[in-house]
Amino acid sequence: MHMAFFVADNIISPLGFTTADNFFALAKGLTGIDIINDTKIYPETFPAAMIQPRSLNNAFENIPTTTTFTHLEKMLLLSVSDAINKTTIDIKSPKTGIILSTTKGNIDLLAPDQQNKFEKERVQLWRLAQVIAGYFGNPNQPIVISNACISGVLAINVAAMLIHEGKFDHIIVIGGDIVSRFVVSGFMSFMSLSPKACKPFDKERDGLSLGEAASTIILSKDKTGKNNIRYLGGASANDANHISGPSRTGEGSFIAIKKAMEEANVTPHQIDHISAHGTATPYNDEMESIAIDRHQLNKAPVNSLKGSFGHTLGAAGLVETAILLEEMRNNMLLKTVGFSELGVSRKINVVNQTTNHELKTCLKMASGFGGSNAAMVIQKA
Amino acid sequence: MEQLIIKTYCHIKNNHVYINGQPAFDYPEANSMHDFLKKAFKHFKPGYAKFYKMDDISKLGFLASEVILKDKPNQNCAPEDVGIVISNSQSTLVTDTEFQASIEDDDHFFPSPSVFVYTLPNIMMGEISIRHGFRGENAFYIFENFNANFVADYINQLFLSQKLKACIGGWVDQSSESYEAFIYWADDQKDGIPAIEHSGNEIERLYNLIR
Repeated sequence: MHMAFFVADNIISPLGFTTADNFFALAKGLTGIDIINDTKIYPETFPAAMIQPRSLNNAFENIPTTTTFTHLEKMLLLSVSDAINKTTIDIKSPKTGIILSTTKGNIDLLAPDQQNKFEKERVQLWRLAQVIAGYFGNPNQPIVISNACISGVLAINVAAMLIHEGKFDHIIVIGGDIVSRFVVSGFMSFMSLSPKACKPFDKERDGLSLGEAASTIILSKDKTGKNNIRYLGGASANDANHISGPSRTGEGSFIAIKKAMEEANVTPHQIDHISAHGTATPYNDEMESIAIDRHQLNKAPVNSLKGSFGHTLGAAGLVETAILLEEMRNNMLLKTVGFSELGVSRKINVVNQTTNHELKTCLKMASGFGGSNAAMVIQKA
Repeated sequence: MEQLIIKTYCHIKNNHVYINGQPAFDYPEANSMHDFLKKAFKHFKPGYAKFYKMDDISKLGFLASEVILKDKPNQNCAPEDVGIVISNSQSTLVTDTEFQASIEDDDHFFPSPSVFVYTLPNIMMGEISIRHGFRGENAFYIFENFNANFVADYINQLFLSQKLKACIGGWVDQSSESYEAFIYWADDQKDGIPAIEHSGNEIERLYNLIR
C-alpha cells in the first residue's frame, strides 16, 4: 500500500483562482464555458472555457517578479504559489520534487506574432518546467509527463510512486494547458468539438469543449493537519486498438481500473464515487460506461467536470482530482453540468443533482489519444 | 531477487541502424530522415502498411521497436504486463511546426486531423501497442537530455510493484537538424543470453555505445 497524502492543491480556471473558489462555483452549478469570438484563435466562434488575460494579469501582480512570463507560465506560477503557501513544505529542498503535466505547453509561441517575444527554446516542455522550477528555486531536475489527456492522473501516480520509493518527501505536481489556435484548429479538424457547451454522458452529447486551466496537487509522505486523504493505488494501460479513438470494449480503461483497485486493495463495492474522464464525445463516454459496467461499478455515483471546465488536456486530471478531494472533504457529490438524460449503453449512475453524500473511497479515471488510459484510487482516513 | 534484464537494444541515428551495438543497416546517401526510415523499413520487411501514415518521429520509434521485437522476446508475457516508457527532449516539435504551418492564416487554413493526432509524443507508444497488442503501463517523459537513471528507476519500480513484467524503454528524439532512437527490451526471463542489468548505469552505457 502507498503512503502518500494529498496535502494541498489549487485550480486556476475561469471559475476562480483557488480550489475553494472553483468548488464554490461548481456547487452553484456554474460553468466556465462561454462562446469565444476571437479570430486570432479560430476563424469562427466556438465554445471554450478561457481565462481572461486581464484577470490573470491582475492576480499575477501579487507574484513578486520582474521577468516576463507567458500566459501559461503565469497560470502555473499562480497555481503553485497558492498551493505551496498552504503548506510548510520547503520548495527549495532537494527532497521536494516537481512534476509537470502538459500536452502542448507554450505551443502558442509557434505563432508568427509570438516568435520573437521569448527565447526559441521556451516552446520546449522541459524548458517550461525549468522556468517554473527555477522561479521557486527548486534544485531538482523537473520531471515532465506528456502523455495526452491522461498526463495529469499519470503524474499523480508517478508522484505517489516516487514518494513511496523514498526518492522525495514531497512532490509538487503541476499541470497546465491553454486554449490555443493550434489545439482548437486540431480538434476542429477532428470534428470532435461540440457547437455548444459539452454534455457529458448525455443522450444529446455531440463532442467536447476545450478549456484552459492550471492546477497543482501536492503529495507528501507525511499527513499534515486536517489533510487526511491518501493515495492508495493507480495504474495506466493501453487499449492497443486505435490511436485516436477509444476501445469499443473499454479494455485499457478496464485494465487500468483493475490494477489500480488491486494495488489499493479495494473491491468495487467500496468505491463511493467515480470522477470520470467524461469528455462528452460519443465514443469516450460510451467506452467509460463499458469499463465501469465491466467492473460492476454501476451503482457508484459518477460525474464528469468537463461541462464546467471544458477539457483542459494536461491539466484535466489534476483539476478534476483537486475537485474530487474537495468533494471528499465536504462529503458532497457535484452534478455533471450539461447532463440531463443518460445516453450510454450501460446503466451507470451519473450525478445530475449536487447532493450531500458520505465519501470515503473514490476512483479517478482518465483516457486519451494514443489509446492511453489511467486510473487511481484515493481514500479518506 | 527477481529483476529486469535488458535482452536486446537498437540505435537508429545518422542514417544507420544498429542492433545490440552492431551495424545492421545503413543508407548514408539518404537525403532526409523520412527517406532513410522508408528505406530502412523496406530492408527489415516488417510488412505493416500503417507505418507509412505515421509522422516521422513515430516511424522512428516504431522502426526501432520492430527491429528489437523481430524475434518476439515477449512470448511468455501477458499483454497487460508489457509496459512502454519512452522519453525525449523535443516532444513532437517537428510535427507541431508542420501543423502550425497549416493554420497560420485564415486564407490558407487547412488543418489536417491526420497531422494533428501525431502532435502528441505518446502516439508512437500507441502505434507500438497496436502493432504488438501491448496493454501495460505507458508513460512518455520529456527531459532536456536522456535521463537513464530516472527511466531505469521508474521501470524497476513498476516491476517491483508488479505492474509490469517486461518493458520497452528508451529515447526517441527528432529536431529539425537531427534524430536519434535508442530503444531496448527488458524482461525477467533468464534464458541464457548474457544478462545486462536493467540499471541506470547500464542503460547509460548502452545509450552511449553509438555516438
